[in-house]
Amino acid sequence: MITRLEVQETNRMIEKAKLDVRTITLGISLLDCADNNIDALNKKIYDKITKTAEHLVKVGEDIEKEFGIPIVNKRISVTPISIVAASTKADSYVSIAHTLDKAAKAVGVNFIGGFSALVHKGCNSSDNVLIQSIPQALAETERVCSSVNLGSTKSGINMDAVKQMGQVIKDTAINTKEKDSIGCAKLVVFCNSPEDNPFMAGAFHGVGEKDAVINVGVSGPGVVKKALEEVKGKDFETLCETVKRTAFKITRVGQLVAREASERLNIPFGIIDLSLAPTPAIGDSIAEILEEMGLESVGAPGTTAALALLNDNVKKGGVMASSYVGGLSGAFIPVSEDQGMIKAVERGAINLEKLEAMTCVCSVGLDMIAIPGDTTAETISGIIADEMAIGMVNGKTTAVRIIPVIGKNVGDTVEFGGLLGYAPIMSVNSFSCKDFIRRGGRIPAPIHSFKN
Amino acid sequence: MKGIITVVGKDRVGIIAKVCTLLSEKNINILDISQTIVQGYFNMMMIVDLSNTTDDFGKIEDKLVELGNSIGVVIKLQREEIFNSMHRI
Repeated sequence: MITRLEVQETNRMIEKAKLDVRTITLGISLLDCADNNIDALNKKIYDKITKTAEHLVKVGEDIEKEFGIPIVNKRISVTPISIVAASTKADSYVSIAHTLDKAAKAVGVNFIGGFSALVHKGCNSSDNVLIQSIPQALAETERVCSSVNLGSTKSGINMDAVKQMGQVIKDTAINTKEKDSIGCAKLVVFCNSPEDNPFMAGAFHGVGEKDAVINVGVSGPGVVKKALEEVKGKDFETLCETVKRTAFKITRVGQLVAREASERLNIPFGIIDLSLAPTPAIGDSIAEILEEMGLESVGAPGTTAALALLNDNVKKGGVMASSYVGGLSGAFIPVSEDQGMIKAVERGAINLEKLEAMTCVCSVGLDMIAIPGDTTAETISGIIADEMAIGMVNGKTTAVRIIPVIGKNVGDTVEFGGLLGYAPIMSVNSFSCKDFIRRGGRIPAPIHSFKN
Repeated sequence: MKGIITVVGKDRVGIIAKVCTLLSEKNINILDISQTIVQGYFNMMMIVDLSNTTDDFGKIEDKLVELGNSIGVVIKLQREEIFNSMHRI
């Protein structure tokens, strides 16, 4: 029988250390909505989403109440729109973004992902239409998230698309400049993007997935931090063991929520994503975990090693707790969404280059980083290319979600609000990569991808 | 279905009586109680059986929270599974 101490431990994690389930994301296939008339397509998409996700928010809230665990977000991911809309031959997909936004509002989810294209080897005409539609789509909608996969270990990096996305990010920033270029916070580019990622902005429902599937993202940086406070000064074995044990407990709660949601919605369970995801709230920070390990500030020498061991042990604990682990599954290091990261930037302890090094050992990449609004499209493409190369060579997912804030410069701060937080503008290396980016074409797959 | 009720707050006369009265009105059976008082702070955990109650889980929880507010303690009702999944393999 459960003891009082165990009950107290769980409830302390929830009440004091901000343990929560970060998201229940319902993946919905829109493949059967395809139509050569874009109006008919829009109608089918709206109907399918609102019907499939009708009870999602209610079920999430019921589970929250019955188990006493907060479920922060209920979200939807859909099949990449460049595939769904290909047969329309339309010259813009902005109307589809509006449909997704409307459907998201109708069912009460806060984000819907899948205004996406997979172009790691090349762009077809539909992919081009989608990419060209992004700046307008993100400016005119509120809840739609967009992602583009630009590279993979198997196929290399599509440098034409990398070049194009530098400009698209810039245009999205300009289109939303009244709101501190917030459109870019809903746009991410990937290398090796997972098809079952429940986290935004990069969630989409892969073509290898079922009709509908429930994916759950757990969280709990605060819980790990609290647990590490108990083992101050102990050796690495104890440190790793503590992270592992905590990750196990967190993930078991995620697994329970996923199973319940799946049963109540009568939609199969997909995966648990083991990522530790911070929020701007005090005590819900990845940076603070790394500092608890013994760093004066995140960014200090030793930061990459600390992040590597955190990431690895979260996975080791997590895979024991759930049969199906997927998505991104790694520690997130977004700047604006992590109080400790923001402080490190403000005190000059961390820069873009160190963040890039850190992405070699964790899942996500350069995330929620505000840079000067006058950064050129080529430089943004250069930053993307570096990050894609790290993902491609290391056979892992990497991403870039970067916000060139129009009208702001190093020394300014930008406020995105809510879960997106605020960020000081970070400086970017000012030397040019123009001639490199302008070459065009594709970087071939690395030698170790030839495994057959 | 089993639930775990936790009651935390400053000790006073009648906490257990009030909680138990409410549970009995809702036809909820108490399977186990454990309780301590540390430095005047009351801390109780109950394991209860909700299978014969006619009321909705959410409504019972609301009633308990309401009762807690009226007597100055924090009362929570959660389904047992969350603790089992976290602490038992």
